[in-house]
Amino acid sequence: MRKEFSQWAENRGRTYSDFIFLTGDLGFNALEGVQEAMGPRFLNAGVSEQNMISMAAALAHQGLSPLCYSIAPFAVFRPAEQIRVDLCLHNMNVKIVGNGGGYGYGIMGPTHHAIEDIGVLSGFPKMKCFIPFCNSAVASVADEMMNYKGPSYLRLGYGVAPDTIESFDIYHSIQKIKSGNNLTIIGLGPIILNALQAIDELEQSADCFVINELPIPELSKTLRDSILKTSKVLVIEEHVSRGGLAEHLAFHLCKMAIAPKIFVSHSAQGYPSGLSGNQVFHQTESGLDKESIKRTLVRLFNS
Amino acid sequence: MRTFFPYQPYLSSSTLIHHLGSYRSFYGRLGGLILVSHPGVKPKTQIEKNLENLQKIRTESAIELLGLYKKANAGHIASSLSCLEILIYLSCHKMKESDYLILSKGHAACGLYVALAQAGRLSKDLLSTYYANGTMLAAHPSCSGKIPSIPFGTGSLGHGLSLATGLVLSQQFTKKNFKVFAVLSDGDCNEGSTWEAALFAGHHQLQNLHVIIDYNKLQGIGSTESILDMQPMNRKWEEFGFETFVAEDGNDFDGLNLAFKSLEELDSKKPKCIVANTTKGHGVSFMQNRVEWHYLPMSETEFKKAIEETDA
Repeated sequence: MRKEFSQWAENRGRTYSDFIFLTGDLGFNALEGVQEAMGPRFLNAGVSEQNMISMAAALAHQGLSPLCYSIAPFAVFRPAEQIRVDLCLHNMNVKIVGNGGGYGYGIMGPTHHAIEDIGVLSGFPKMKCFIPFCNSAVASVADEMMNYKGPSYLRLGYGVAPDTIESFDIYHSIQKIKSGNNLTIIGLGPIILNALQAIDELEQSADCFVINELPIPELSKTLRDSILKTSKVLVIEEHVSRGGLAEHLAFHLCKMAIAPKIFVSHSAQGYPSGLSGNQVFHQTESGLDKESIKRTLVRLFNS
Repeated sequence: MRTFFPYQPYLSSSTLIHHLGSYRSFYGRLGGLILVSHPGVKPKTQIEKNLENLQKIRTESAIELLGLYKKANAGHIASSLSCLEILIYLSCHKMKESDYLILSKGHAACGLYVALAQAGRLSKDLLSTYYANGTMLAAHPSCSGKIPSIPFGTGSLGHGLSLATGLVLSQQFTKKNFKVFAVLSDGDCNEGSTWEAALFAGHHQLQNLHVIIDYNKLQGIGSTESILDMQPMNRKWEEFGFETFVAEDGNDFDGLNLAFKSLEELDSKKPKCIVANTTKGHGVSFMQNRVEWHYLPMSETEFKKAIEETDA
């Protein structure tokens, strides 16, 4: 997704003179085009995420439109207080972009993973988290983030181009990407693609939704109707369930007194073995790989 | 006959000696420039009259401040008194309309409020609401943005310098021209984020950035010397790329004026830092240099004594 994001940022930089791109000294072999397009409006803040966020708050105070880029854990966890105080409590129009959300940086290890980022951010006032699920959705989701005049976070995962579903250049906070009758699958980010592949291999069908934005303002009618119809919900996210999609959904369902018979959450489990590996290794340890999801799907389709 | 020094014409002999040291060390750093005194009496300039007036403002502000703290039964009194002269000097004398003041040591908010009110940058009517439910004037400056002269809420240390740095950085894109003054505490200088901002400001030569360290050498629960010794403070800022001046008495308007004028005289592209040697609880004998007055509210007796000493 980083390539699609870089292209989007380059275009944005060429079009909007108030757009300022700050990086925490990351983006090698990715942001060169952005730098070339933006000239002095592309600024390397150094490995100083706290200072980068607070400076961005001040740039926004002066009417500019700053974006702060780093890898997801460094962009969120190190400057969490600066995000809370200088951006969110002040409602500053600053965008944070974190690359490699979830286990995206695989063998780099837990310091480079972000599986609690949305949980941390989504409780902050005014903060909106945007999570594109596939490469072709990056530009529309990023545009939507810019349309929102407040603090926001774009979580870039490792996505593959979806070849079985149509293009997603029109933004919806809750987007239906596949239809079926027996089950409602709700996903966050590119991990939903594992579920799509699993369904195809099982030659089954299900209502599949992706959530592009957290916190969810409200459940769409289409999603509500699907859950009422199937009464079986599978939530998939490369994020811990606490503070993640599963908890957000459960809150809304309780509020609306909708109680599906089955509510299964596949979420990041952290580091159960204490061992390291690539992204798929960690997904597999958490039951987020295609085969694990397939096993759950078989159980749900047969229940 | 008085001895005349640039920017500081009418000093008592003791103050003169006091400032001579800093003046020498300042120019000494520039390569041993010879200090020349100019005998003679000059009529008072407008600036000198303004500085005299600041002392009156200081007395009024301190009385106001003590009254607000007493009414609120609140602490952080000594923190405000430590930097009251700095805040008054900036708000009532130094700053232009378009300049920004960021109080990174947000716990001295009451000092900021009274200084801004004196400068006409904050409605005096608001002062009476200090600490009350529904007020815009909390113990720490609010994040609401409702008061234009307080651009950012502070209170958690280590944010102010980054915010100030960002404001100055914005000038590269907006082409606006203003100065930004950030007042930092000893505790602020413990925070890593402060030094991130200092590195950035020094590297990018953000010349409109002015840092004033309210260097009273006390922090949360003890002396900086015993907790995290920051000596030599001025050298640290110099090494981070700042033009630095030590105000030997940061509670003295003449001393502050000398510091600012001396840095301006350099016409340097670097950001500026004044290490202002201050006294925590300045002006109230029983609070001075006492850690507990970072926290304590005043009893009736203490309040009366503080007012007597301030109004003397």
